[in-house]
Order: sequence, then structure tokens, then C-alpha cells
Amino acid sequence: MNGILERMEGDVPAPAVQAGYSGRRRFLADNRAAAGTLVVFVAMISAFMVASPDVFTSWEIYNSVLVTLPVALCLTAPLVFIVTVGEIDLSFPATMGFSAWVFALLIQAGANPFVAIAGALGTGTLLGLAVGSLVVYASLSSLIATLGMNYMLRGLILIVTQGKSIALLDLRDSGAARLFTGEVSGLPVQMLWSLGFVVFAGLLFNYHRFGARVHVVGDNPDSAAQMGINTRLVRVATFAFMGLGASLAGVFTTLVNFTWWPTTGDGYLLPAIASVFVGGTPTWGGIGTITGGALGALTVAFIQTGIVASGLSGFYVQFFNGLIIILALLGHRWNQKRYR
Amino acid sequence: MSGRLIELRNVTKSYGRVFAVGGINLHVDRGEVVGLIGDNGAGKSTLIKILAGAIPPTSGEILVRGVPVAHWNASRSRDAGIETVFQDRALAVQQSIVRNIFMGREITTWLGFLDVRKQRTEGERLMREIGFTSKVFAPDSIVGQLSGGERQGVALARAIYNKADLIVMDEPTTALSLTETEKVFRFVRAVREGGRSILFIGHNIHHVYDIADRFVVIDRGRVALQATKAEVGSAERLIAFMEHIAHPQGVAGVAA
Repeated sequence: MNGILERMEGDVPAPAVQAGYSGRRRFLADNRAAAGTLVVFVAMISAFMVASPDVFTSWEIYNSVLVTLPVALCLTAPLVFIVTVGEIDLSFPATMGFSAWVFALLIQAGANPFVAIAGALGTGTLLGLAVGSLVVYASLSSLIATLGMNYMLRGLILIVTQGKSIALLDLRDSGAARLFTGEVSGLPVQMLWSLGFVVFAGLLFNYHRFGARVHVVGDNPDSAAQMGINTRLVRVATFAFMGLGASLAGVFTTLVNFTWWPTTGDGYLLPAIASVFVGGTPTWGGIGTITGGALGALTVAFIQTGIVASGLSGFYVQFFNGLIIILALLGHRWNQKRYR
Repeated sequence: MSGRLIELRNVTKSYGRVFAVGGINLHVDRGEVVGLIGDNGAGKSTLIKILAGAIPPTSGEILVRGVPVAHWNASRSRDAGIETVFQDRALAVQQSIVRNIFMGREITTWLGFLDVRKQRTEGERLMREIGFTSKVFAPDSIVGQLSGGERQGVALARAIYNKADLIVMDEPTTALSLTETEKVFRFVRAVREGGRSILFIGHNIHHVYDIADRFVVIDRGRVALQATKAEVGSAERLIAFMEHIAHPQGVAGVAA
């Protein structure tokens, strides 16, 4: 050791890292946004319980949410990557419909369901790659370019199918349907699969090189490029991952309904985006939370079911949807600080 | 310990007929802090960019540890162990200190998953090496919470982790308070003690005089003075020399 360092350590009694910054405090700091979302969710459920105790203390209402939630989770988790890297994707509903279409066509052609699923996931990933490349390499605004892609892909589906749906009744007894959308002790299996996907996404986001680079590219792309990170590749990869999630969501909806509709995925655009932001991921990029996004999806999924179940007419749904989104955003604004 | 780390021989850079750098001879030895001074437009930035490999020199030779390197570029510069800490510090401010230090060079275990523990201990070690001792901050602290001087420290830690032998610091004390400047000086001294070299570019001649062992003054793309601290004697003499080259008829300065 040299003299200067010794002297400096003499000046400062504590070493650089001390016990004071404990694991628990760090955990809370890392999950501040997610914890905030949990508070929002619990507050909302409590309000529902007070409003209509009979409905919200019975299991059925939760079970009905658990059927729709998996699809939302498959969309929300990768969307957190997109927002964190500093982009937005509005094309995933069409990607979801398109990959599910490929799945349905393969099943119709007599393919093994597992092969059809693989085909759908491949299609989704490729579409994500294409959308991402368009945005990144042509330097287009992701907001507008993905909006255009959403219309184009959906239009393509409608042109080719002439708006006709595909019934897949043979799937009902298939092993794949049981494996992915059956029930385990009363719980829809797709819930477990989608939770597995969320955990995978969370590990990728927080503990993988890819996730680390998504964070720094979204935070300071110039700095990331200076440090030798291929920022374009990272951005394209997040779109590909979004495509994968969308295709997974498409497969789940199709498996649950045994039918593919040309509108598959359409209804998920705004709820999925709302889930990301209700979950506490800010709009400016650089930070995000998968756990928060999952809790946000749970919250958003409950709003609609909850309002109708508590006896209010369906006309209230949109109003409360908006109210909860705004309240959640205000809460996160207060809860989180932005560093520049 | 000593030995020539990098040497520029008669390096020029011209844009058309205009010479931004017109034949510079400059060297940095191991474990030495060289202060590079010059007025605006003297060619400092061009010189830094040439060293970083961001722009190629028009002519001249660049030697690394005595060996001439052909086709000098950014990756050659990096291979030679040169790391530039830019003025804007180039940090991702919403991320932790650890994530900034290992940006683009993450320590991973299997399948690209991060070795979180190793990054933490290594980050801690680096922070201690540059004297980054604080009661409040840990490797997980968000860079946005740090002061300007501490951010410089993070940028330096990153440069050290990247095994830089020569750290080029572009005006590191600009816009820093007195105590923050002192902190940066401490980092610089600690880095020198570790046997690394620093090329310290500054506007504030007092700052540069305090920290550097040797001075290179450039003026209109040429070296106007190369002198050790002992030869210069005081910051005032250095300032007088700067004034002399700016207004040759005015004050009598140090002989070049």
C-alpha cells in the first residue's frame, strides 16, 4: 500500500462499504417502484372488498382474473425492456395476432401442436426483429413506426383471411392444450407458465448482461457506445424479445379459446402499456421494474372485473380505469426521484 | 518504474490546408502526470481525439512503449491502454456505481449472467484504490446521487478497471467546487501512485500546476513549452509564459 491511500483511510474511519447499508435497505431501494405498485393494488382490492364484500371474499372472482392475466403478463414483462431501453412498441398486438395465426395455420395443416407453438414463437421473434430493425437502422421514431407496423400487419391478416376466424376444436384433447392451459388443483396452468416467463424476464433484466446493457443504453446511449456497447443491437434485441412475448400471449389466447380470431391481440394494446406505467417504470428510459410491471398487470386486470363485480354498471369501467392509472402515476412521481 | 509509455513524433492533423495540429512531439512516461495547457483553439481537443483514436493523424508517428503502431485507431488506442475520461463524464446517472464501472465489460458467470458478487467486491476494491472512501456511498449507490467530484471518481475507477495505463482527463475540474477539485486531485495522485500515467488537460493553470509533474504548453498547434515542475518553479511563471505567447510583445516569460 502506498502512503497516500493509507493517509486517506486514516482520515475516514469507515471503509467504502459499510454494514449500515444493509441487504434489507438495498432490497427496498431496488424495489421501491414495485413496492409502490403493491400498495396501489392492495388499496384497490381493499376498496373493492369494502364496496362489495360478498364478491371479493369468494375465490371465483380471483379465478376469473387468473385466466386473462397470463396473456397480459407475457406482454407486460418484455414491454418493460422496451420502455427501459428508451423506446415504445405499439405493434405487439398485431405481432400477437400474426404469430397466433401461424400457430392456427400449422395446427390446421395437421402439425404437431408443439411444432406449431415453436413456429409461432419463431414468427413472433422474427417480426419483433423486423420491427426493431426498421426502427433502429432506419432511425425512425418507434412511436410512429410501430404504430404503422401494427396497422400493416393487422391489415395483412385481414386481407388474407378475409376476416374469417379459424376453429381449432381438435386442440381440445391435445396434450399441448392440457400442458399449457389445463388446470392444476383449480389453478389455470397458463398462470404458472406466464409466471415462469415473468421470472425469466426478471432474471434477464436484473442479473444478465443483456439487462444491464438495456439499462445503460436507455440511460445514456452515448456513454454506452463509448464503452464499446453495440447500442443498436441492444435496441433491436429488446424488440425481438417483445415479439417473443407477444407470440407467447397469442398462443395462450388461442389455446384457451380453441379458436383464432383475426382480431386476436387487439384489445391488449392499451392495458399492457398502462400496466407498465402503473407498475412504476418511468417513461424516460434507463430504469424499469419487471416485478412492478407484473403487479401493474394484475392491477389493470382487476379494475374491469372488480368494477363490474362490485355491482356498478359497465359504463363505470373506463372512468375507473383512468382514475387508477392517474393515481398510480401520481404515487410513483412522489415515490421516485429522477436523476440527471 | 519509469519508461516511455506513449510518444507522439511530429504528429500533424490538417483539415484541407488548415493545420489543427502542426507537428507535435509529446511523450508520457509511466507513473507520471503530465499537464497539457493551451488556450482555446490551441489544438488540445484535436490532440486528445488523436490519442483516443477518434480521428487519425495526417502524418507523424505514434509509439507505444517504444514501438511504432501503424494504422492508429480507437481500438488500437484502447489496446495500448489509453482511456479518455471526457468532460461530460459519460456516466449513466440512473444506474449504480457498479453498473457504470462495468459498463460494456460486465463480469459474467454462465450464459452471460452477471457475477453480482464479484462485480461488487471488484467495484469496492477499485473505489478504494482511487481513494473513493465515503460513509454514505456503497457500490450500489446511484451515480445521480453523487457530487461532480465523486462522479469523476467513478469515471476514473472505470478507466482503471479497463486496465488503462494512460488516463486522459479532459478538463476534469471544470465546474467543480474547491473540495470536489481536491477530491479529483486525490484520485489523480492515487492513480499515479499505482504506477499509471495521467494526461491532465485543464484551463485553470493553478489546478494543472498543482497536480502535474511536467507541463506541455501548446499554442496554435505546436508545442510552445515542455518543462518539469522544477524548471517552471511556480504557477505564476507558467501564467506569465502563457501571457507571453498570447501577447509576445507584452510580459517577458520563461524561455521555451
